[in-house]
Parts: sequence; structure tokens; C-alpha cells
Amino acid sequence: MSDGMPIYLDYNATTPIDPRVLDAMMPFLTSAYGNPASKSHAFGWQAEAAVETAREQLADLIGASTREIVWTAGATESNNLALRGAAEMYRDRGQHIITCRTEHRAVLDPCQHLAEAGWLLTVLDVDPTGRLDPQQVADAITDQTVLVSVMAANNEVGTLHPIAEIGAVCKARGVLLHCDATQAVGKVPIDVQTMGIDLLSASGHKIYGPKGVGCLYVRRRDPRVRLCCQIHGGQHERGLRSGTLNVPGIVGFGQAAAICREEMPDEAVRLAKLRDRLHHGILDGLDDVYLNGHPTERLPNTLNLSFAYVEGEALMMRLRALAVSSGSACTSESREPSHVLTAMGVDETRINSSLRITLGRYTTAEEIDRAVDEIVRGVTQLRELSPLYELARKTQGHAASRET
Amino acid sequence: MKPPYSDMLMDHFSHPRNTGTLDETNPAVGTGTARRGDCGDVIRMQVQVADRHIVDAKFKAFGCPSAIAAGSLTSEWLKGRDVDSVSQMTDTEIAKALSLPADKLHCSALAERAAKAAVENWQRKRRDYAGRAGETRQAKRNRCPSS
Repeated sequence: MSDGMPIYLDYNATTPIDPRVLDAMMPFLTSAYGNPASKSHAFGWQAEAAVETAREQLADLIGASTREIVWTAGATESNNLALRGAAEMYRDRGQHIITCRTEHRAVLDPCQHLAEAGWLLTVLDVDPTGRLDPQQVADAITDQTVLVSVMAANNEVGTLHPIAEIGAVCKARGVLLHCDATQAVGKVPIDVQTMGIDLLSASGHKIYGPKGVGCLYVRRRDPRVRLCCQIHGGQHERGLRSGTLNVPGIVGFGQAAAICREEMPDEAVRLAKLRDRLHHGILDGLDDVYLNGHPTERLPNTLNLSFAYVEGEALMMRLRALAVSSGSACTSESREPSHVLTAMGVDETRINSSLRITLGRYTTAEEIDRAVDEIVRGVTQLRELSPLYELARKTQGHAASRET
Repeated sequence: MKPPYSDMLMDHFSHPRNTGTLDETNPAVGTGTARRGDCGDVIRMQVQVADRHIVDAKFKAFGCPSAIAAGSLTSEWLKGRDVDSVSQMTDTEIAKALSLPADKLHCSALAERAAKAAVENWQRKRRDYAGRAGETRQAKRNRCPSS
């Protein structure tokens, strides 16, 4: 641990601001303080220009056009705008929404809210790797369906859904596809055209930008998607989202997006290598370790493992030198085990001994080797303490000697 | 994520005392396992008794830091104690010593149950052993009435 802080391996939770992003933001936190809505003077024009540059940078990252990017305060707000905005706008066409059990609460909760207000909600189940089959979506769509919402990449296990195939299904049936791409943007290629996405949520602080800023992509052609505004008061963002824009945040978000676009191909390879080094290092030192998530269709930086015979809170406490997270009930705000792992059919004991380790731009090979060491030592120590591990070893010993 | 734990708790978690296994087949050893629910915390306590004193104690635990600390502290408490005093042991002493948070009190209760179960197991083994020894002496007398 340097300067008393653990090694950061929780990049899916948030990321540090890239120094290049901070540089881009600084003028707008100091001397360039204009409101982009001030149309009558240079301070406003300067701010507006910076905002429009950022809009281009986001659009370029996802294959959209600039007029399709709406600024929000984060992906949670983008999800709310997409889901409630579309549901309300298209209620005369139908009131059926389809989503997936492993979505983030920022999608599930607005959907639940709509269900309580009279919409019909279908929540699709996933396979044991956390993946959705496009056929499930096709089977669930009715003539009342207006919207399907499926994330591009899961934050807990990294599993990628087959978005392009799901998009094709939705297009064929005339249903809108919303994609919460918060974890995917900047890590894997996203293209709203080829993937058939109509609405997409993204967040600044997941891609080395600042917290408190996000965007919603809203398709303008084939079809033109309309939404009921959720935050009123000034008609900003073409009436879709009122409120003075967070100029420094937006500038930072744009710069972060531009950097990702440039560096993503090489970075994805580097991260996957480090992730695999971590995984293999752990497997070399320990047995009874289980991967949660898809082995290949997943984010390059994400590793979610369960360690049999050790308990989650004890494991987290033992691994204080690492900043990681867990799907375990006792380590969550809600005291509930991970709904994602539960949906994947992982049993509760295994959920409670799970670790999510997510790498990022500043992760080094030295940190990975340190993490391997900490995890192998920590799990070994806890297993030495565990009567369940002792019992399992004895049982395996008996089974082995019976076989010979 | 979790409440701050006392230094004592963290010490017992980070450096648990008396971890390991005593030989269950030894008649002087009592083993007790307490389990919380189907897949919850498990504490196994073992005591080795000589002249009604606990001369050694070992524990193993599967569970959160509080469970491990409770097991460790209890094993220390048991060593050197008179075996008859264990029935008076209460989990509140353990909870207080560790400053257990309210939602972790079940851990000290579990440790208490495991300790008492270990002593009960030792007592039962003694009775069975004495019983069998008695039967053996009786069988011998039946075979050789003169001795």
C-alpha cells in the first residue's frame, strides 16, 4: 500500500480523472466560466463552443451524430430519461416494456416505477454466464411492446450481451432498444448504427472523466425517437433536459471520450493480458476458485471470482491492501446478495465468497502480482481457519483413496 | 460497508489464537460445532482436558471477522479454565470484550454454543469410556471369577 491507500482494483465502480482530462477542464473551472445559454456575449459563446466540441467527441465514440447527444448529470439520469421519457411518449402505442434481470438498479428501479404506474413489465432471465439470448427478446415482444432495455456490458461480471442481434430483433418488430452502455463505452467498441441502438446511456466517471456528468444518445433517424422531458425549466438540450449545463464536467467527459476512442484498441489488449495474468496467478496458487460470468464474451478488465470455503466479509477484511468489491450480502448497502449473481443461478454461499476485481488505465503488472499474492495468501489463511475446508479435504481424500 | 471494528476484534481476526485441530479420537478431547442456519457461520471448538482443567483449546471458524474473532477469544478464555466453569460462560462477556456491533451478537452466541458443546462432548466421551471400562472389568470377572 502506497501512502496508506490500498491498490485500486475497482475501476468499474469509478475511475480517477485522467490528467489530460483535468487539463481540458481547468480553464472552465477558472477563467472560462460563461454559461453556454448566454447567447449575447463571448463568455457564453466560448462555453457553448466547448460544449459542442464535447458533443462531437461523445458522438464520435459511439457512431452517432452530434444532434443526438443530450447532456445529463450521469447515466442514472440518462436511464430515467430514456425509460420514463419513452414510456410516457409512446403510451398510446402500447404499455409493455422488456428488460433483463441483471440490469443495474438504475434501469430496474425506473422500470419498477413504471410497472407500479400501470405499465406491463417483462424481466428476462439470463443463462448461467449472465448472457441473454436474442430469441428470448423476440419471444417476449408483443404488439403492445414499446421499449426493450438491455445493457451492453454487466458491471459486476463483465458479461457482454449480444446487442447487435437484439437490436436487429427490435428493429424487425418496430420496438425501440435502449442500451445502458455505462460500463461498455470506452472499454469495447460501441456503434449505435451497426448495433441497432435507439437510446444509449453513458457516464463520465467510468471513463476517466469527472463524476456528475453523463449523456443520453437519442436517435434522430430511422426512427426519430421522441421523449417526454423529465426535467423542465428552460428548454435546454432542445427541450429534452433543462438546466444550465455543467460545462467543466461536459468538457471533461468529451476529452475522456476522445482519449478512449484513440487508446481503446491497445488498452483493451493490455487490460485483458493483465486480467488473465491475475486470473492465472490465482488459479496457480489456489484450487476451488470459480469464475462468475462469461469466459470470453466479457469486458477485458473485469474478473469476478468465488472462493469456496471462505466468507465474503472476512475475505474483504483480509484483503484490505486491495480496493475491490464483493457480491456478498454483508458487504452491500442493502444487506442483499448481488442480484446479478443471484439471477445467474450462483448459489448463495458462492455469492457470499465472491470478489469483483476490475482493472484500469493505471493498473500495472506489479500491482497485479501484488494482488495475486495478497489474494492467494488471504484465501489460504482463511481456509486454514475453516472447518468446512478441512471437511472438504478429508472427504476428497477418502474419495481419492477409494478410487485407487 | 461495515461498522468500525474494535482493535481487539481486529487483532483476533488478523492474528487468531489457537487455530487448528486436536485429535478427536483422544478420549481427553471434546469437540463441539455450532452452526448458524444452513449456510451461515460455523465455529468448531475443541478442548483437551486433564484433571478437570482445560489444558489446550483449538478452534476453526467459517464466517465473518466477528465470528473468527469470537472463536479466537473464546479459545483463549477456555485455556486453563476449570471444565465445570464453562457452563457458566455467557456470550455477553465475549461480545463485550470484542465490542461486537449489535448485528454481530450472533457470533458470540455461536462461540458460546460451540464451547459448551465441546465440553459436553468431552463429558459424554468420559461417561462412555468409563462405561465401557466397567463392562470390560465385569466381562473379565465373569470369565475368571477368582481374579
